Parts: sequence; C-alpha cells; structure tokens
Amino acid sequence: MFVRLFFINNPIDKKSRGKMSKTTKPNLIDQMASDAKNGRISRREFLQYALAAGMTASAGSLIWSSNATAATAKKGGTFRWGIHDGNTSDTHDPGTYVTRQMIFLAHQYRSYLTQIEPDNSLGPDLAVSWEATPDAKQWTFKINQNATFHSGKPVTADDVVASINHHRGEKTTSAAKALLTDVLDVVANDKHTVTFKLSGGNADLPWLMTDYHFAICPANADGSINWQSGDGSGPYKIDSGEFGVSWRLSRHDGWHGKGAYFDAVEMTILNDPNARQTALVTGDVDCVSLVDLKTLSLLKRNPNIEIDNVPSGAAITLPMFCDTAPFNDVNIRNALKLSIDRQEIIDKITFGAATMGNDFHLAPVQPYFPKDIPQREYDPDKAKALLKKAGAEGLSVSISTADSVFSGAVDMCVLYAEQAKRAGISINVVREPNDGYYSDVWLKKPFTAVSWGSRPTPDVMFTLAYKHDAAWNESHWQNKRFNELLVQAKAELDQARRGEMYHEMCQLMRDDGGTVIPFFNNFVYARRKNVMHGPDLAASWACDGGRAPSRWWFA
Amino acid sequence: MNDVIKIILKRLGLGLVTLLVISVIIFGAVEMLPGDIAQAVLGQGATEENVAAMREQLGLDRPAVERYFDWLGNALTGDFGKSLVNQKQVSSVIAERFWNTLSLALYAAVIAVPIAIFLGVLTALWRNSPFDRVANVVTLTSISSPEFFLGYILILFLSVKTGYFPSLAKISDGMSFWEKLDRMFLPALTMVLVVVAHMMRMTRSAIINLLASPYIEMARLKGVPGWRIIVHHALPNAWAPIINVIALNLAYLVTGVVLVEVVFVFPGIGQMLVDSVTKRDFPVVQACCLIFAATFIVLNLAADVGSILTNPRLRHPK
Repeated sequence: MFVRLFFINNPIDKKSRGKMSKTTKPNLIDQMASDAKNGRISRREFLQYALAAGMTASAGSLIWSSNATAATAKKGGTFRWGIHDGNTSDTHDPGTYVTRQMIFLAHQYRSYLTQIEPDNSLGPDLAVSWEATPDAKQWTFKINQNATFHSGKPVTADDVVASINHHRGEKTTSAAKALLTDVLDVVANDKHTVTFKLSGGNADLPWLMTDYHFAICPANADGSINWQSGDGSGPYKIDSGEFGVSWRLSRHDGWHGKGAYFDAVEMTILNDPNARQTALVTGDVDCVSLVDLKTLSLLKRNPNIEIDNVPSGAAITLPMFCDTAPFNDVNIRNALKLSIDRQEIIDKITFGAATMGNDFHLAPVQPYFPKDIPQREYDPDKAKALLKKAGAEGLSVSISTADSVFSGAVDMCVLYAEQAKRAGISINVVREPNDGYYSDVWLKKPFTAVSWGSRPTPDVMFTLAYKHDAAWNESHWQNKRFNELLVQAKAELDQARRGEMYHEMCQLMRDDGGTVIPFFNNFVYARRKNVMHGPDLAASWACDGGRAPSRWWFA
Repeated sequence: MNDVIKIILKRLGLGLVTLLVISVIIFGAVEMLPGDIAQAVLGQGATEENVAAMREQLGLDRPAVERYFDWLGNALTGDFGKSLVNQKQVSSVIAERFWNTLSLALYAAVIAVPIAIFLGVLTALWRNSPFDRVANVVTLTSISSPEFFLGYILILFLSVKTGYFPSLAKISDGMSFWEKLDRMFLPALTMVLVVVAHMMRMTRSAIINLLASPYIEMARLKGVPGWRIIVHHALPNAWAPIINVIALNLAYLVTGVVLVEVVFVFPGIGQMLVDSVTKRDFPVVQACCLIFAATFIVLNLAADVGSILTNPRLRHPK
C-alpha cells in the first residue's frame, strides 16, 4: 500500500561492479545464480549485479525466479538458535520489552497486527487488511478469523483493544507509551474489526503496529491483558523455558500465517561472544543472532558456516545540543560534521559492517530514503573555513561516550578526535560509566554518542528524536520548517508528496541539524550451512526481523 | 564434646549477626548505585512519567529505611520477598539456580580435593624431584591464569578441536545424570584447575613442616618407609591447615563461579546476581549475597570444627 523506495548502498558494490564488467558474462551470471541459490547474495544484489554485467532487468528477474527460488522450503527439524542480550530478570510484559531475548521470543509465541516483510515492505500478521479515512485520523484493522491463541481461544478484537490499551493511559508503565500519545481511543466494532481513533492524521499507524511492544496478548475480563501466562497466537508455543537461560517452543498447529517450517525451536541465551561463536562452530546451535566483528574474517573461513551481513536502519548518532555554546552556531555544527572520516570509522570500528550515514536519520533500507542528497565527505579544510567564519578557530569540545553504547563506541570517538585534529578541532573524549549511561549522560551532556534501534518509518524516528518538543530531542534542535513538514507529512496519504517532504526534511537535518550520524550498523549474524532462507532478509531486527524460526528452513 | 557444641552455637550466633550487617551493607550499596530499578527495567525507552508510574507501583517512592525494615521483617519470618522485576518469589527464583551452582561446586570438589591431597602427599614425599617441580609448575600456571582464559583454552582443545566435550553447559531437567555430568565437565574441570594448586601446596608445605619434627625423625630412624611416615604420622597432624584451605576453596567454588558461568553459559546463581545488580533488583541481590555470606560462614565454621576434631590439643585448650 505504500510506495517502496529501497536501495542497497553496499560499499562493495562499486568495486565489484567494475570487476564484473571485465569478466565473461555468461559464466558470471551462472556463478551469481548459484550464489543466489545458496543464499550468499540477495535478490536485490543479484539483480544489481546482473544489470551491471549487462543483462536487462527482466532477464535478470527471470533467471532469479527460475533458479534461485526453485529450492522450496521443507518442513521439519529443531531450530537451535543462540541469542545475545538476555537477562534472568526479563519478563513477558510487553510494556517492558527491551532485550533481544524478549523481542525475539515475542516474535515466536505472540503475534502483531502487522509485520515488516523480508523485503522491508509492510505485510499482514494478525490483521488481514487495514484502511484509513481520507484524513488518516481513523484506521480500521480486520483481524484474521483463523487466528487462535495456543490455549485454543480465538483472537478477537477485544484482545487487540486490551493489548494496545496496555501501553496507554496515565497508569501505564509501558516504554511504548510515547508512540501512542495521539491515539484517542481504540474500539472493537465487532468480533474481528478494531478501529483506532487518532487526534491527528497518522499515515504510518499500520507501520507503527510492527513495533515489538505491541504484541497481542489474551485479554482479561476487566480489559487488562494476561501477559503473565505466556500464551500467545504466534507460530510457536512455549513448552518450557526460563529467562536468561533457554526456551523450548513447538509449532502452533493452525497458525494463521505462512511458514513455521521447523517442528520446534530452541532458543539459548548466549551473552558471551565467544560462547556464541564456539556453539555455532561446534554445531551446538544452528544460528547465532550476533557475530563478533573482530573475528568475522576468521569465521568466514569455516566452510560449514554462512554469514548474513544485512544493512539496517539502526543508527549511531552523535547529538550536540543546538542551544548550548559552541554548538548553537550552525557553522560549528557543520564543521564537526565535516571533520569525521566516516569511511575510516566504518572500516576500522565496524570492520566494514555498516552503511555510511549522511547526518540525517534515515537509512537506505528504510522507506522514503532520499537517494539524491549528496554524501557529506571528510573535508577538514572546509571545516577550518567554517570555523574561521564562526570565529571559533582552535575549537575545543568534549564528547561523552561509553563502551555500553556499542562495542567500539569509545574507540570510535578517539578516532574521530584524531580526524578532527586536522580541522584544528580538539575533541576531548570523556569515557562515562557503562551503568546508567542513558539515564545520567544521554540528554544531560551536550555532546554524546548514542545507539538507536531501527524504527519502521521516518515519521516515528523524527517524532521521537527531532521534533521540537520531543522528550528525546537529543540535539535540542529547533527548526520551524522541519516541524511544519513533520506534521504535514504525518497525515499525508499521497506517497509522492510525502516522499518530497521527507526529502526536504532530510536535507534540513543534514545541513542545519545538530546530529552527526557516522553510520547505520549492519546486522551481522551467522548460521550453519544447512539453514536456508529466502532471497531477502528484513532490516528491522537481526535474523530476518527476529522471525527466522517462522521464515527459515533446513535444507 | 560439649566444648565443640558451645563453639558451634557461638559461631552460629555470630554468623547471624554477620548476615544482618551484610544485609545492611548490601541494601546501602544497591541504594547508592546511580539510577534505580524503574529506570533500569524500562531502559533507554523510559520517559519521566512511566518511570514515576513504575516507581509508585513498586513502592520505591517510600523512604529507603522503611523499605529495608519491611524487607527485614519479612525475611525474619522466612519470606524473602518477591523479585521487583518479574514479581516472582525470590526463593523459587533462586532455588533451582543455587542447586545448579551447588552441583557444579560439588562436582568440581569431588574431583579437586582428592587430587589435591594426593598430589600434595606425593610432592611432599618426592620433594624437589622432577615430579614435584612439574606438578608445581602445572598447578601454579593454572591458578595464575584467569578462569575465563582457562575455560577458553579448554573449549578450544577439548571441544572445538577434538569434540570430546560440549562447550555449552546447558542443563535441563529432562537430562539423565550422566548426560548432565558430561555437559558440566568442562566448567567443572576449569574450577578444578583453579583450586587444586592452593590445596596441593598447602598439603605439601604442611607435611614438609612436620617432617622436620623429632617424632618423624624418630620414625625414620626406626626404619618406617617414607610413604608410611607421611600418611600415618605426618598427615594426621597436618589436617588442620589443610582442612582450612579446603573449606576456603569450597566456598570459592560456590561464590566465585560467575566468570565460569558466563564462559560456559551455565545457569547458576552468579549470572543471576550480576543481572539483578544491573537491574537494581534488591530482594534478589540481597538473597544471593546472603547465600554467599552464609556459605562462607558455614564452611569456615566447618573448617574450625574439623580442625578441632582432628586435633585433641585444640579440643582441650588450657
């Protein structure tokens, strides 16, 4: 229902394209088709390479469909999945979902109204269809009549209403409350339709429903939800498990969706990178959700292991307070943006597993990405000129960071400081304690390093962290035009006009905003060779949007 | 015998006082950590409002002293409260994990203690021989390496390269006893390597100390064979220090396993303590710490009682 604007901005593309045109074409295409079949390259990359090698787009897609998707999914087996980021103190409460353990588990045993498909488009989960009034102020979702909870109870509109209300109202403790502030009411029209009434138009509401918090749980008689029982309507039901240790799930027969090829799923929490890697190498697990980038090249040598390196919308940002000196001068902000060598940071800190940022918070894999905004390059001389203009030569600033932001965050800032020296800027890297970084440093110190998860649409991200009155406006950025456009674009159902608005907003963020965005980090995960997946991998979470168990299969 | 009972009772009483003091210290320490449980649970996604709502729900808006005495009052009646994060009874949350940790400690102890004493006796018997040197170098190397490093080395050679043992110590209820032993072997072996040196060296030096005493010389002059002198004459008098070291190492096996648990992904109590501290889950932290403290107190007591029982002189102090 929305225009899909996707574009892979893979740094290897340029190099390989040049190489390919020189080799003999037919062999190359065969090689690529076989690569594609083994899941080594995605459909998109395949088509791109095929085009580069001189094939027409239609011929390329023909080869793809005849060869690459010929392998059909098989049922059976137990998918053993090693997961990073899980605590013993995690819970089933969707309002407190925060670790990968909770999020990945939720995508197996619970359902959402909508989901992000492997090709990053919006697709149905519990809802079979949805439509809006022309002003986008009312959205009506039709619930799949075949959907049932594992207990046998059918999923009804009441369950949806209760599940959404869990995140609303004054007393809610849900971390997703901010996403639903413009929802006035959620009503059940009949047993299988639900209407969301909004205070203002929101064209993105169906996208919003993919947020991991909005899992549909069975309703209690009093309108609250029963999240404690662990009952859900997802592809797999929980047989046993313990937070921080492991979970055993088996297929929910009669699941409303397509897929769930594995008979059972075993999720093991493996927080230690070495334990994860060892478990994968020794075959104790079939897939791990995160691979240590430092040893990635070694792991690649193992013939039994395939690595998936998937560009995502998750960003690393360096916000500066636009209302605090010296960052209140746009020239200084832009000088700081020009003094970072993004390519070197991507090469040295992420070992190439990232997409370059361009100082606006929208990744190439996300909808409405404006691909014609020129990439900002490392230009210390221009930065110097800007500083001179601002009368701030020999600028000295402090940046706060911690290793808990992401692995390598401190190193990145140190490298940035080195790069900025050539522009005559001295950046003092302050290493803050890991504990409580987001409560005591972020939003409190004027220049920090922050890690953001992927958000489904630009509106969600911009509203969350760039709107003038947003609680998390981490750069204290106030731009009148941007905020006007933000409101307009939110309710705009015409895709072309909406695209133009986001284009302008991105340009404003890039040239006036207070956030340096070095890169969007890739999801890098690995699987045993006998684990197969389709041509595309969703960019919302690691392991195909966290839905690997219901989308993948054993060869 | 009466003296021993008196000592035990006195020690137990002091132990209770120690536990009380520890509970105050732990509570204070958790309170002093920056941030609180509401923020820790809601994470980066928290706003002022829902942090406040969660604080109210958990009763964190009440003064700290009041909360401590509430907890203490319940604890005295055997109710250690509920985990603030997942609202489960602390006792039920901890019980299984503590049992896992105890089994691992026991597994390691059953292997380590006999090996350590046996090696200690042998090295004392053949002191300064090549065997003594090699045993010393090997055990000292293993005690000098951090546990996680030893663990990784063992994983590399015994799991990744050869595939003899599983690298993940994932145990579940359905497993047979032998399967569990197999799964837990590598973490247990790591712990064994860490504790053997200490006990072995203590056994060795305690025995060597005694070998200089006149009654041993007497025995030797009578022509008693070397191994008999050590086992029958020296060892009984060396028990006191050895038992002390064993007790300390047993306590270490229970309380010092966090790193080993992380490396082998073993569902023990150490990992739980770390998670609870990051979440500021005070009742669970408190319960874990009290268990650790109680382990130390009980094992120390056992060591004292053990050394008194093996030494008549201590039993009848003048």
